[in-house]
Amino acid sequence: MKRYDAIIIGAGHNGLTNAAYLAKAGLDVVVVEKNDYIGGAAASREMHEGWIYSSCSYVCSMMRQAIHRDLDLSRHGLMLVPYLGTVSFADDGQVLKLYTNAEVEYLELRRHSPHDADSMHRFRADLTRYSQLIRKTLMRTPPDPVSFKPRDIKELLFLARQFWTLGEREIYEYIRFFTMSAAEFLDDYFENGLIKASMATPGIIGTALGVCSPGSAYILLHHVMGDVDGNIGAWGLARGGMGAISNAIASALQAEGGEIRTHSGVQQIMVRHGKACGVVLENGDEINAGIVVSNLDAKRTFTQIMDRKDLPPGIYDKARNFKIRGSSGKVNIALSGLPKFTNVPENRYINRGGLTFTGSMETLERAYDCWKRGRWSDVPFVESVIPSAWDPTVAPPGKHWMSNFIQYCPPKLASGPWTPEKRDAFGQTVVDRIERYSPGFRDLIVHMEVRTPDDIEKEIGLTEGNIFQGELTIDQLHFNRPFPGYAQYRMPVKNLYMCGSSTHPGGGVSATCGANAAREILMDLKRPNTVPQDDCYDE
Amino acid sequence: MNKADPYAGERLLESPFHPRQAPLNLREAWSAWNGYRFAECYYDAEYEYFCVRNACATYDISPMQKYIISGGDSEAMLNRMVTRDVTKLKENRVTYVVWCNDQGRMVDDGTIFKLASDRFMLTCGSSCVAWLKMSAFGFADVSCEDVSDKIAALSFQGPTTCAVLKRMGLDGIETAKPYDIRHFPFGRGPLMVSRTGFTGDLGYELWIDPALALELWDRLYAIGADYGIQPYGEAATNMARLEAGFIMPGMEFNEALKTVHLEHDHTPFELNLGWLVDFNKPHFNGRSALLAEKQRGPKYVLTRLDIEGNKPAEHSWLYGNKRCTKEIGYVTSAMWSPAAKANIALAMIRSEHLKGEIWAFIDYAKELRQYSKIARCTVKDKPFWAPGRARATPPADF
Ligand SMILES: Cc1cc2nc3c(=O)[nH]c(=O)nc-3n(C[C@H](O)[C@H](O)[C@H](O)COP(=O)(O)OP(=O)(O)OC[C@H]3O[C@@H](n4cnc5c(N)ncnc54)[C@H](O)[C@@H]3O)c2cc1C
Repeated sequence: MKRYDAIIIGAGHNGLTNAAYLAKAGLDVVVVEKNDYIGGAAASREMHEGWIYSSCSYVCSMMRQAIHRDLDLSRHGLMLVPYLGTVSFADDGQVLKLYTNAEVEYLELRRHSPHDADSMHRFRADLTRYSQLIRKTLMRTPPDPVSFKPRDIKELLFLARQFWTLGEREIYEYIRFFTMSAAEFLDDYFENGLIKASMATPGIIGTALGVCSPGSAYILLHHVMGDVDGNIGAWGLARGGMGAISNAIASALQAEGGEIRTHSGVQQIMVRHGKACGVVLENGDEINAGIVVSNLDAKRTFTQIMDRKDLPPGIYDKARNFKIRGSSGKVNIALSGLPKFTNVPENRYINRGGLTFTGSMETLERAYDCWKRGRWSDVPFVESVIPSAWDPTVAPPGKHWMSNFIQYCPPKLASGPWTPEKRDAFGQTVVDRIERYSPGFRDLIVHMEVRTPDDIEKEIGLTEGNIFQGELTIDQLHFNRPFPGYAQYRMPVKNLYMCGSSTHPGGGVSATCGANAAREILMDLKRPNTVPQDDCYDE
Repeated sequence: MNKADPYAGERLLESPFHPRQAPLNLREAWSAWNGYRFAECYYDAEYEYFCVRNACATYDISPMQKYIISGGDSEAMLNRMVTRDVTKLKENRVTYVVWCNDQGRMVDDGTIFKLASDRFMLTCGSSCVAWLKMSAFGFADVSCEDVSDKIAALSFQGPTTCAVLKRMGLDGIETAKPYDIRHFPFGRGPLMVSRTGFTGDLGYELWIDPALALELWDRLYAIGADYGIQPYGEAATNMARLEAGFIMPGMEFNEALKTVHLEHDHTPFELNLGWLVDFNKPHFNGRSALLAEKQRGPKYVLTRLDIEGNKPAEHSWLYGNKRCTKEIGYVTSAMWSPAAKANIALAMIRSEHLKGEIWAFIDYAKELRQYSKIARCTVKDKPFWAPGRARATPPADF
């Protein structure tokens, strides 16, 4: 029976990236995916004839350019297109229009608050400084802070050097950042409610924290540290939807001779003599391999597809207690025309980029309160974009699809299990929220796909539907991700590795987890490294 | 009382499309081309570039110079002038050409449209009246008419262009192959469409009577609205053409007739355009000098470079060693390519050093401080960006 050099469980974009780099080093690899499509949370699917939805993730900024370039993903069909402008809607009907042009944006901010217009410069400079520091860690394996291996010491020194370049005052600020709430962080800059709330929203996306919860400041940073073509903080669309990213990586993998098997859910990771040696599929087939790499989240990997007896003591409990709370929903809507929004001019540069139904700090916090009580938010935060207004490939000409990301929505309802009726009601809450700012919106709806955290978990196996494969709080970041002592992609069982977003640097469509894991695996196998260095060191 | 504008003589001309383009130029970013006001960008150069790569966009090429060369000797005259064999050009086809002085140095590049057996249109970047007059000398039956102001032209580029033209009712446009010319009725006059462009992507150029220019614009934009149409300017053009590997006067080459210093102009071989020089045809301008150059090999060769890192190597010196002691050439154009996700450049490199190592010394600034880095360069044989749709017939709808 055939024995592969490596099996990668899950064809999420990280699993595919991992496999591509292993294949590039000459390994015989196979990726096994339970669904009949690849990409996991980065997938494009035609859910209504003529409309292609990015079913889960919808915008791109974290994808490392160095990987895109190195795997020649452009040649494999990937094009990332930055979109322009963001509109933020307040409870009182006010609208904040963040234009792309710096001068014009300044004028708009001044209309709301001259003080905040000036503060925005300091805010952006500070965020850029912190982002640049974090960016340097993305494509590096976190050091083990308690090991005395030369490699770990070297890496700790590297980090220390980067820290020192910030200057003493900034080091204090930076450390505070990881424990502060987004609200506290922003109080330092802004006095206008709408501006503050708009800047706060990246701090709650995907997390089970509120704007006032400690730790949400880091989530904010996590969402602005990416870039499109070097423009830090910019977001783009993948032409053809987010699946174009996974498809391009898959094509690069196949060009290196790698194999992908869909419809091949893994039942169990096989362990013999303390070493991972293959997998058993749900249909009973066994596949043998030298190493096994899991693209699943940490909780799923250790509590669902491993035999507890194969694990060293304590690991099962760590995995069970891994913080991975679902809090987000997704509503994809096919529209018969472009919606119009009250107080937003029909300016193509501003009315179809980011649309954020923000409300106010108060509204955002109230939305969180609902989640804590096991209900979806009565007045949710909705982050939308109309990709079809930029991308001619995702809807018929003149028709549109609107991606709506909803915060908050719980995986388990206090009122009992999710039912189709409850799902519909959740969807209607979202439509109501949009309709309030876009009278007649409902009449444009041609088709709607409502996805609760429960749906997301069932479909792509993100536990509780947590978009990051595990909360991004300091206890689960960097050398603590997924667990202290296991941040270097090697897992407690020999020949078992992890390469999904549960590992450093965490969630988002970045391809970094997969690439970083490949570098570690190749080192263990004494193969030449195929993973490129990041290109952000001289920014 | 209407006072005459005292500055009238200093103001630039306005293209037939100006009334539509001016209000869209939100940045008031104008430059000039052949005496015309001409957009550098309308909104954001990079955004406009992406419209070309992702949807569709128009670029006003009305200021380009256009000449109708007609008469029984027109083909012979053009064949004498340019280095390519014009007799091979079929009716309703376009070809890219260069022409040289007697020393084989390039005067300009342009395109020839064969409109009938004895009727051609020559287009080029800068005015060519004097050179044409000289080139026509000795040919009895040829006339050269400057029609630059008599034809309005829009370059319409990007993946959704064919879909838009089809929706406009240009029947059969999808069967036009690259470099084909098609004629359609439009309003009260004819519309000529060529499948040509300067972006390396799927695209067309639309040629029309200036009196119908605005009608064409309105129709194109009414239909194009559902296909992401957007005007783009010089800056975005420059990005797209560099990715496609096309040369630009004033960047890659100096026009020979405007060059002061010896050999600061270029031969087609230096510009890697040797394939445009046909020694099998009858005599043409610069033939013997070019033959000698071909045998000797050019001093410099225009080369495509992929440069490590992401700092654009604009104006960089190139060296044959990492210590940067052995200078071998210079970069002519450089940028970070969003489509190819590579740090690309065109560079003039002394031929004898093409095979060895190439290093770029790159200067860049961060908040007023100057930095530099030395980056390894790799020679690329193919264009940085060459999507299949640029060649596909019929092209897909996006
Ligand atoms: C609704 C939503 C919106 C998001 N929005 C954005 C966004 O706009 N931008 C952004 O950058 N990020 C976004 N994210 C986060 C981002 O999509 C994820 O962090 C990222 O895609 C995770 O990639 P991954 O490869 O690590 O894991 P996954 O994509 O989770 O891949 C895991 C794969 O394993 C497969 N699998 C599971 N169990 C098994 C099994 N037993 N056997 C075989 N295969 C199995 C799954 O089907 C899946 O394909 C969003 C996520 C969600 C859910």
